[in-house]
Amino acid sequence: MFVNLTNPGNSLFEGFRRAQDEMDEMFGRWPWPAGIRSVARGTYPPINVGSTPEQVDVYLFAAGVDPKSFDISLQQNLLTVAGERRASLANDANVYRKERFDGGFRRVINLPEDVDPDRVTARYTDGVLQIHIQRREAARPRQIEIK
Amino acid sequence: MANTTDERKDVASRESNEVSKQEPETVLRPPVDIFEDAHGITLVADLPGVGKDRLNLQVDKDALIIEGDARIEMPDGMEAIYADVRSTRYRRSFTLSGELSTEEINANLKDGVLTVNIPKRAEVRPRKIDVHVE
Repeated sequence: MFVNLTNPGNSLFEGFRRAQDEMDEMFGRWPWPAGIRSVARGTYPPINVGSTPEQVDVYLFAAGVDPKSFDISLQQNLLTVAGERRASLANDANVYRKERFDGGFRRVINLPEDVDPDRVTARYTDGVLQIHIQRREAARPRQIEIK
Repeated sequence: MANTTDERKDVASRESNEVSKQEPETVLRPPVDIFEDAHGITLVADLPGVGKDRLNLQVDKDALIIEGDARIEMPDGMEAIYADVRSTRYRRSFTLSGELSTEEINANLKDGVLTVNIPKRAEVRPRKIDVHVE
């Protein structure tokens, strides 16, 4: 996902990024619909979703969140992550910039249909919440023989 | 899914003549809170994914430079389905002013949040100015 972008030809990411940029240009323009659960760019926390044939990984870039405040639930293939982050400022201070998100958040993410809600693990390291969800075996593609 | 992507590409090329740009690696600008009180200036930056070993905090003359490299563990062959974050490099810099004591800067990194405290030099802490009225 984070392949060096100076190698556009080889980067799996570059093709994806171009498609995303084109999608962004068309956002809101008739007749392209947006996902019903999609949120505006820049919504906190930023998330990345990646998949392999065995699992789906969701990364939430939420620094400084108390891990106990995370509320993660998976219903079928709908993942909901809620949490809270307080940005503490001194009371008698002059505030020059306040760019960091302050408050509660909730993101709902539509995952591929074959995720298994019974096999979910989550880890919070250095401000990134990583959620791993295994996919159901049955979804693996089967070779179809031609007789 | 492949069909939809192709359709999108077709419409895009009809509407715009721009050749796809070759961009250098994107660097992320971490959001910061900066506030000042009587003792000095405090800067708080979000650097999710950056551990102490991948953080580079420097003072260069009067510039405060924050650089960090996020490390996200990912299984081999993972494909991106959706990505808000498209780089692992954070960088942001600020110019400090003379009354700040760069020697006494202290910083703390926890759960991806960098807090930098830059005290003011003792002799320049605010003194109230008395106004004499004749």
